[in-house]
Amino acid sequence: MSAFTPNNFVVNESTVILAIETSCDETAASIVMGGNDILSSVVSTQIDLHAQYGGVVPEIAGRAHLDLLNPVIAQAISEAGINESRIDAVAATHGPGLIGALLIGVSAAKALAFTWDVPYIGVNHLEAHLYAGLLEDPTLELPLVVLLVSGGHTMLIEMRGHGEYKLLGRTIDDAAGEAFDKVARFLDLGYPGGPAIDAIARTGNAQAIDFPRGMLHDGLDFSFSGLKTSVVNYVRKNPNVNTADVAASFQWAVVDVLLNKARKAAEAVGAKGLVLGGGVAANSLLREKFTEMCAADGRRGLLPSRAMCTDNAAMIGSAAWYRLRSDGPTALDSGGFPNLRLPLIDSSWSR
Amino acid sequence: MLTLGIETATERVSVALGDHDGVLGSIDITRGRRHAETLTPAIEFLCRQADVKIDEVAVVAVDVGPGLFTGMRVGIAAAKAIALALHVPMIAMSSLDLLAYPLRRTDQLIASVIDARKGEVFYAFYRQNELGIQRVLDPTVGSIDDLISDLLGRGQETLCVGDGAVRYRDEIVAGFATDFAGSSYSFPSASALVELAHLKALKEDWVEPHQIEAMYLRQPDAEINWSTRNSGAGR
Ligand SMILES: [Zn+2]
Repeated sequence: MSAFTPNNFVVNESTVILAIETSCDETAASIVMGGNDILSSVVSTQIDLHAQYGGVVPEIAGRAHLDLLNPVIAQAISEAGINESRIDAVAATHGPGLIGALLIGVSAAKALAFTWDVPYIGVNHLEAHLYAGLLEDPTLELPLVVLLVSGGHTMLIEMRGHGEYKLLGRTIDDAAGEAFDKVARFLDLGYPGGPAIDAIARTGNAQAIDFPRGMLHDGLDFSFSGLKTSVVNYVRKNPNVNTADVAASFQWAVVDVLLNKARKAAEAVGAKGLVLGGGVAANSLLREKFTEMCAADGRRGLLPSRAMCTDNAAMIGSAAWYRLRSDGPTALDSGGFPNLRLPLIDSSWSR
Repeated sequence: MLTLGIETATERVSVALGDHDGVLGSIDITRGRRHAETLTPAIEFLCRQADVKIDEVAVVAVDVGPGLFTGMRVGIAAAKAIALALHVPMIAMSSLDLLAYPLRRTDQLIASVIDARKGEVFYAFYRQNELGIQRVLDPTVGSIDDLISDLLGRGQETLCVGDGAVRYRDEIVAGFATDFAGSSYSFPSASALVELAHLKALKEDWVEPHQIEAMYLRQPDAEINWSTRNSGAGR
């Protein structure tokens, strides 16, 4: 399998890409060969820098990316055990994300590509999350349904082919990860909210409180802001409630809705497999119930490793390889796109 | 010793190449597309027109601020990446020094003033000496009133320069009688950067790319961004 890009650059199984990710609060670099072979993947997280604020502070993220990026790139090259001259292209996330953070990775990637005289590829972070599942199992058959759940996104996507996506459902208000952060904050569990709730929920009773399942029977869209509000109302009315029970019941309500809709989506499009992706896919209850559901339905379920669900540059390198093959390089006068959307087959997505 | 200079601390994007013969070429773009879009093509164009291959560059000099945070990080990130790719050292210079350098022949006090937005300015003072100029007030951030009281404190004939001096000209004059440099001096330039860096490079007064730090002079605003987060729960 090889293809010529518009610049007559050959893309094949031995094409080596240095990929950079700086869209939010992880500074990451990776060397990926042929789209699927991860030679190295280095992630430096800034969680501790943002924890005291209970969320990502854009200016703090920008400062940290600038300081961390060179060492992270150097480490990715050294761990891959390759000479820099083997690098055939340089990719970076160019959106969506925090603009000041994105521009650091984009600027560094374009400068590296220019200096090494190789193509630059600007990568859509959401598309890269879709590739994270395939990265670990390239034998997955299309069409696939991907449940992408993170702090900024909650979407059900049908992946028909490389670069061919259809949006099946999305959140109409808060993202699932945002609900985790806000509820954790309200319960004083710390930041980031996902791991904090995950941990305390293990000691709680998930059936203790019957929180509402937003829009459970309304198509494939999601809504989480009502759930967050009912957690707040419940705790205010019952101040002595066991926090672990609240966390466990909240978490179960989120997971229940996510999986119900994912199953409906897979049935609707006759998907051969179901893939989980995004930061919330590291949640242990979601992982456990996802595996159970796929087994019960006899459907192939792909659960990427936790490291591949959260932000990393290996998925950027993988998506970059497919984009380089189909579209060729990105121009060096390209910038960052904070509100970039997933390219969809039908453009009915108006939000 | 070929030096590449990159400067993006203000509204301008500026790149230059220089060696012992002085500035070989430079590009300054003060309006148009934003820094991240313009910078790499500008370097590419400059190298091509000056007949320089990027791997001939022996040192990368960069303006590390103070200035507009997002813009200056674009230049620093690119400069550090080029130095990493070429395995060459770097030289950091302050935007305020670069503003003062072209005015070094004046015997007035030079006040470099960069617009820091939010009603504040970054500023530093300089004086001519036998070697060129020397800084007599280190880079600082403050209100226009702070700047005026520092100028009054010195009580010397002064030449103000920079986009902050232009923007707050009337306020400064109301508080302190001063001259202003012509508008062609309003932004730091990569030409001054490579000239100054060359002097340092001769003494091997340089650092490794990972030692380069931006000069912010201001704490970050701790404003949380919820809407564009894309990582989130359970990383
Ligand atoms: Zn992400």
